[in-house]
Amino acid sequence: MTTAEERPAPVEDSWAALYQGAARDTYRRTLLELARTDERIHCVDSDMGGFEDGFAAELPGQYVNVGIAEANLFGLSAGLAAAGLIPFANTMSAFATTRAAEQLKLDVAGSSLPVRIVATHGGLSAGHYGPSHHALQDLAILRTMPQLTVLVPADAGETALAVRAAAYHPGPVFIRLGRNPTPQVHPEPYAFTIGEAVRLVDGDDVALLATGPLPVHYALTAARLLAERGISARVLNMHTIKPLDRAAVLAAAQETAGLVTVEDHLVVGGLGGAVSELVTSEHPCRVRRVGIEDRYLDSVGDERDLLEDGGVTVDRIVTEALTLLGAARSDSPDQRRK
Amino acid sequence: MTEQPVSTAELADRAHRARENVLAMGATEHGTHVGGSLSAVDILTVLYGSVLRYRPEEPTWADRDWFVLSKGHASAALYAVLAEHGYFPPEECASYGQRRSRLAGHPLRRLPGVEFPTGSLGHGLSLACGVALAMARTGRDNRVFALLGDGELQEGSNWEAIMSAAHFGLGNLTAVIDRNGWQITGRTEDAMALEPLADRWRSFGWSVVDVDGHDLEALRAVFGALPAAPDRPTVVIARTLKGRGVPIFEDNRKSHYVRLTPRLHERAVAGLNARRRNRT
Repeated sequence: MTTAEERPAPVEDSWAALYQGAARDTYRRTLLELARTDERIHCVDSDMGGFEDGFAAELPGQYVNVGIAEANLFGLSAGLAAAGLIPFANTMSAFATTRAAEQLKLDVAGSSLPVRIVATHGGLSAGHYGPSHHALQDLAILRTMPQLTVLVPADAGETALAVRAAAYHPGPVFIRLGRNPTPQVHPEPYAFTIGEAVRLVDGDDVALLATGPLPVHYALTAARLLAERGISARVLNMHTIKPLDRAAVLAAAQETAGLVTVEDHLVVGGLGGAVSELVTSEHPCRVRRVGIEDRYLDSVGDERDLLEDGGVTVDRIVTEALTLLGAARSDSPDQRRK
Repeated sequence: MTEQPVSTAELADRAHRARENVLAMGATEHGTHVGGSLSAVDILTVLYGSVLRYRPEEPTWADRDWFVLSKGHASAALYAVLAEHGYFPPEECASYGQRRSRLAGHPLRRLPGVEFPTGSLGHGLSLACGVALAMARTGRDNRVFALLGDGELQEGSNWEAIMSAAHFGLGNLTAVIDRNGWQITGRTEDAMALEPLADRWRSFGWSVVDVDGHDLEALRAVFGALPAAPDRPTVVIARTLKGRGVPIFEDNRKSHYVRLTPRLHERAVAGLNARRRNRT
C-alpha cells in the first residue's frame, strides 16, 4: 500500500525530476496522478510492462490488462469510452497502427470516442529490436484517420503536458512516445496547447520543422551550426501532427527561404508529407524532407545509429537548409528572398 | 421498453412484419443481405420485444441495455426490428441504401438505436466487452448483448474478446450466435470448421446455452433466465435457418446477398405469407 507521502509530487512541482527517465516513465506517473483524482480514467494495458507495480498496485479498480491482444485492446477501450469512462489504451506504435489499424479506424476514430492511445516505441526508438518494432509508417497511417488527434511530445516534460491536455480533450487522441531517455528540449513548463506548434528558436532565413524527441533535438543542433555561419534558422516543434498548425507552417513558408522537415518516420506521409500537402495549396514553397528514406532497415544499431543509417542526421539538416538558401539566392541574386 | 409482457402471438406478428420489411429492403436498388437478416429476425424480435430495457424516444438513456450488432451485414433485420419497436417510422425503411439515408448496408452510428458502426467482422464482441466491463466497474446493472454471425467467428479478434470476457467475469454480457451454418462460399464447416462450437466457448470459460433460434417462446425463456451463471458471460447458440420464413431462400447459400427484382420480391412475399398461414 502506497502512502500519500510516498507518492510522487505533482508534475508542476517537479519539472526537473521529469528528466530522470524516458517519456514513458513520465507518462506513467502523470497518468497515475490524473487517475487518482478521476475514477473515470482507466489504464488499459496490453502486457506492456511498467504499470503492474505502480498503477495496477495502487488503483486496481481502474486498471485492465487485456493481455497481448491489440485488436481487443482498441475494441474494448472503445466500449469503455462509449459507456462513459476515459480509457488510456497502451501498446507500441507499430502494433497500434499496423496490427490494429482497423479497430483504430472504425471503433476509435470512426466513432470519435474519447479513447487515449498512448503508444511507445515510436519511430526507431526500439531500433535494436529489429524491423518488427520499427514504427516508421505510424504517422502516415494516423494522419488518414478523421477525428483523431495525434500528438508527438518532444521530451519527457512535454509528455506530461500532452497527457494532461489529452485527458479531457473531446474525441480520440493518439500520443506517440519513444522508448529511451531523450534530451531535454523545454527548460521549464509552458502553456502546451494541442494544435499549436512551439517556436523554439526565432529566425527568418530558413525554417526547421521537427517532430519527435531526437528530430527536434537534431533541429536545434542544426540551428546552432547554421547560426555559426550567420544563418538564422527558425525551429518549430511540431508536437501536434493532427490537426497541423496551419498558421505556423504558412508563416514559416511566407517568411523564410523554405522549410526543412525533420522526423523519425519515412519521408512519405508523415510530417514532411503533411507540410508539403498544406503549402502546395496555400503557399507553394520549397520543402526538403529529412526522414527515413524509402527502404527496409534490417541492420542493427541503437536509435541514433539507425536514424543515421536511414538518413536522419544533423549534417543532413544543415545541408538541406543550405541547399534551400542557395536555391533562394539563385532565384533572386541581389537579396535573399524572404 | 415494454410495460406489459408481450404475447408470443404478438411477437410472431412483429417478426412477420420485420421479415416483410427485410424483403422490401432487399427489393431496393442495391439489394441486401437477405439470408443472414431473415435468420436473425426472431432473435432480434424477442430481444427488443421482451428482453432489452430501452426507451426508443431516448436512445442514449443511461439505464438502457446495450445491443451491438456484430454481424453488421444483417442491418436490414436490425432496421426492421428497430422500426417495429419505435425507434423511427417503419416507412423510413424504404430509404434503405438510398443517398443520404440513415439506413446503410452496414449500420451507421447516426441512426437511433445503433451504438457502434459495425460491418467489418470480429469487432462487436470487443466493443460489447468494453461496455459490459464499464458497467461492472461502475456498479451499474445495464446488460449488454452482442449478436454475432457464425462465419464471423473465424475472425481471430473474436477469440481475444471471448478470452477477455471470461477473464473479467462479465456476467452482464451475453453473446448470441446466429448459427445458420452458411457463409458466402458455402457451409461454415466446409469453409473453416467451427465445431465443436459449444465446447470451444465452454473451454474459454463461458456458460453455453443452445436454443432453436426461431422458437420465440424458447428464446424468451433462455433470455429470461440470464445470466446462466452470475460471474461468467453467457453465449446463446441460436440454431437458425439462413433465409428463414421464405421458402426459396431457406437454407440456401445463394440467399446471402440478393437484389430482389419486382417478380422475385412478389414470389418471396407470397412464400412468406404461405409459410405463415401453414404455421398458424
